[in-house]
Amino acid sequence: MFDIAGYHKAHTIQEAITLLAENPSAIPIAGGTDVLVRLHRGDLTECHLVDIHDVPELKGVTLADGAIVIGAVTTFTEVAEDAIVGSRIPVLAEGAASVGGPQVRNTGTVGGNICNGAPSADTAAPLLVLGAIVKLHGPGGVREVPLSEFYLGPGKVDRQPAEIVTSLRIAAADYRGWSACYHKYSMRGAMDIATIGCAAACKLDGNRVSEMRLAYTVAGPTPLRCWKTEKKARGAVADASLLATIRGSVLDDLRPRDSWRASKAFREQIITTLAERVSREALIRNGARP
Amino acid sequence: MMMQNISCTVNGKPVTLLVDVRKSLLEVLRENGFTGIKEGCGAGECGACTVLVDNIPVDSCLYLAVRADARNIRTVEGEARGGTLSAVQQAYLDAGAVQCGFCTPGLIMTTTAFVEKHRGKKVSRAEIRKAHAGNLCRCTGYESIVRAVEKCLKVEGDRE
Repeated sequence: MFDIAGYHKAHTIQEAITLLAENPSAIPIAGGTDVLVRLHRGDLTECHLVDIHDVPELKGVTLADGAIVIGAVTTFTEVAEDAIVGSRIPVLAEGAASVGGPQVRNTGTVGGNICNGAPSADTAAPLLVLGAIVKLHGPGGVREVPLSEFYLGPGKVDRQPAEIVTSLRIAAADYRGWSACYHKYSMRGAMDIATIGCAAACKLDGNRVSEMRLAYTVAGPTPLRCWKTEKKARGAVADASLLATIRGSVLDDLRPRDSWRASKAFREQIITTLAERVSREALIRNGARP
Repeated sequence: MMMQNISCTVNGKPVTLLVDVRKSLLEVLRENGFTGIKEGCGAGECGACTVLVDNIPVDSCLYLAVRADARNIRTVEGEARGGTLSAVQQAYLDAGAVQCGFCTPGLIMTTTAFVEKHRGKKVSRAEIRKAHAGNLCRCTGYESIVRAVEKCLKVEGDRE
């Protein structure tokens, strides 16, 4: 039995906000694959839960004026198998399909993956290179925050107590003409947390890179964009020397550390290797031959 | 407040249950006699507690029982009909995919959902393994389990 002090089910976004405002210590629960594990371990006690997993407005992937809107409680499996995602932003399907195992993907949600603030979140790197915008609803109304600014620290995100994340939005300009790739490096092929996750996205103008984005998980206290490296790639010819530049630059953007899972030195090795490999694949998917 | 009535079906049979909102679906089902479902890790790592919710495999240890309201739950108890094993159960038996048996009820449910979803489609061994990656088995080494799944798909395919 979980140490739950109160359970409240929300049927609408407004009801969720009201319930959270009435119970300031309450935690929103979507899929529950993180919250219930923390309760099981005793990391959370006497917990008040506001269950948002069955709010219809928060489910599914839709197109709105070219933008892709991913409802916060859409499960990883639903994202991975979604036709809009598959045809327009397959890199997010790659991320969603690499989370945990099938049962967890069938229950866990993209919004939950972002909101728990894990540095290892498998959808975070793809969403970062897609320039995802986090939409929140709260007592004060609606606000939008770029995902790169939503992360504040390990396990910490810019969500106020009575707010819920309602969707993630990818603007048309952030996927049309882009190609992208995600690779999760982990010790086991399934049911494992990433040692390092890396996503790259690029847009080409002839044989030159007009824009490049690179993001990592487990390479710092939060999932991180590689701003300095991205700047160096902009305007460069998409060739082997660009890949060498990316490889040589990427550690300046990141802060990997030692942990029992992997040493800092090992993570750095994986980071630089993936920088080249994942960037190359993203370029190839856009028709370049680096 | 801690107790709520839910109405769902378990193995096709409509039931109304008074459930404690603090309990997992695993606990509530076992308390109601569905002890085929096993608790392994209790944390979504091993899949021994896999049941189908609206035909989708979930870890019942990480699924609040109260969420089962208005859903269709399937457990291993519902798979054999009138003393005859389901095609999946029979394939596990024929392939020797059962040793200690603790993971078997969960695996049977994962395979059942997989076979129903992929009926008539071609699947690779890699797809079978990926779809079963959430169920740990410490005895078989998985080879016989994969063979059992292949056998089901072949049997299902022959029926088409």
